[in-house]
Amino acid sequence: MTSSLATVSYIGATILFILSLGGLAHPETARRGNLFGIAGMSIAVLATVFGPQVGMGGIPWIVIALVIGAAVGLYAAKKVQMTQMPELVALMHSLVGLAACLVGFASYVDTSLVFPTAAEKTIHEVEIYVGILIGAVTFSGSLVAFAKLSGKIGGKPLLLPARHWLNLAGLILVILLGRWFLNTHSIWAGMALLLVMTLIALAFGVHMVMAIGGADMPVVVSMLNSYSGWAAAATGFMLGNDLLIVVGALVGSSGAILSYIMCRAMNRNFVSVIAGGFGSGSGAPAATADGSEPAGEVTSISAVDTADLLRDAKNIVIVPGYGMAVAQAQHVVCEIVNVLRGQGVAVRFAIHPVAGRMPGHMNVLLAEAKVPYDIVLEMDEINADFPETDVAIVIGANDIVNPAAQEDPGSPIAGMPVLEVWKARTSIVMKRSMASGYAGVDNPLFYKENNRMLFGDARKMLDEVLGALSA
Amino acid sequence: MDGFTALYIFALAAFTGYEVISRVPVILHTPLMSGSNFVHGVVLIGAMVALGHADPESPLQLLIGFFAVFLGAANAAGGYIVTERMLGMFKAGGRKQGGEQ
Repeated sequence: MTSSLATVSYIGATILFILSLGGLAHPETARRGNLFGIAGMSIAVLATVFGPQVGMGGIPWIVIALVIGAAVGLYAAKKVQMTQMPELVALMHSLVGLAACLVGFASYVDTSLVFPTAAEKTIHEVEIYVGILIGAVTFSGSLVAFAKLSGKIGGKPLLLPARHWLNLAGLILVILLGRWFLNTHSIWAGMALLLVMTLIALAFGVHMVMAIGGADMPVVVSMLNSYSGWAAAATGFMLGNDLLIVVGALVGSSGAILSYIMCRAMNRNFVSVIAGGFGSGSGAPAATADGSEPAGEVTSISAVDTADLLRDAKNIVIVPGYGMAVAQAQHVVCEIVNVLRGQGVAVRFAIHPVAGRMPGHMNVLLAEAKVPYDIVLEMDEINADFPETDVAIVIGANDIVNPAAQEDPGSPIAGMPVLEVWKARTSIVMKRSMASGYAGVDNPLFYKENNRMLFGDARKMLDEVLGALSA
Repeated sequence: MDGFTALYIFALAAFTGYEVISRVPVILHTPLMSGSNFVHGVVLIGAMVALGHADPESPLQLLIGFFAVFLGAANAAGGYIVTERMLGMFKAGGRKQGGEQ
């Protein structure tokens, strides 16, 4: 394949990738978008294999690696549960980060490249350095995000003393190492410096995500998505590959804008989310644990009484949270909704922008359970309707329905928009126990007079409710 | 390739990403994350170039390149299937997007 044919193929692939992301703007066109994506990827792969940058000798290796990699990816993707999606996405970001890192090293030890001028060699080395840096931060950060999301490590932010200074020191060190790297001429000294920098970048990635509180996890996943895009773009710069630059920048900026949209939905400053911790002060999560315990007692309710309440209601709003995902309760919820709707009850879902562990997480689960998406509403669309709602059911959510965000200016989540379920005539909160939410903040909603607690595993309880409803 | 042309392309692409994503509704944010995760599987292309350039006499270069291609391919294939699965579920949705207020 000639070089110009390869270029044309790359342009075609780029357009397909843009169409692919653009298609996701609407549920009806989204699948077509994904098809565009795989078409673009196939064209790009073929153009690369047969293109001028890959010699005949390399093709067998590439094909073997492709087949094994694709098989592993396919297997993981087929096997994964919809509720584990956030973990899987985080894990896949780490693959991109590591791949970008490796390409950087490979490009550095590639002795077949010759540069006509010293300046071009320097530019190439800067590209390698930055590419490995972003790749390493993405890799380790995504791995920690994966561990946090899958519950392998706790969700509480780890706040080292003087953590901002640590980050700053790391940054300065990386810059100094970079200068040194550009001035070395031996490939082995260069390799050693690159390795040291990689270790610092890995530590930085771990530290960055460890410091971010559980409730901010959706933003982090999206931010790492953006990072892996930039990592791919950096790879494009070092290899002089337009396709990688374009697609990497495309995904990088889309991830960044998505993080920004989410921060705005939480009324949080992007910088403060990234800087880590929850709330503004250091050690904020501990602040509410002592002292401000809301007064009063909680009133519990049984599944049968819940069913009675639902049957008598005319207008019901369901607020799903991560607990619904954990309990895999979305199918039972859907059956309950179908029964109630069959009896003429208006049932709608209220989705908080950061419900779950990933933006849009709840929408996917409800779609999986075949809940029609026209009864699934966003927070802004439904929040004004709570005063006219008879029963609001909260399934495994906590922080997103916490009135403290509005009533208590000292609360770590103060100012975050929440679903105002307490304005409904009765609110029912389904929870396993009285433990506080992922953010570690107590919830005064539980103590409100019109609130009832339905304790137990969400799925088991909902099964009982369904049984009582159908009886 | 001219470095400034590359920067020019980079800036335009970043802007395109911004424009495209601003229109995506919240309901599709998870498929979007998964879809963009699939798309940055293009790092695979870079890995393939690196492996294609690797010196056949150097096991280290071959190993690095091989592993990079493996990771990129796993990401691309896995990301595509996951997105496909997710979007397949949205098909079952109701009449029109938006809903009764």
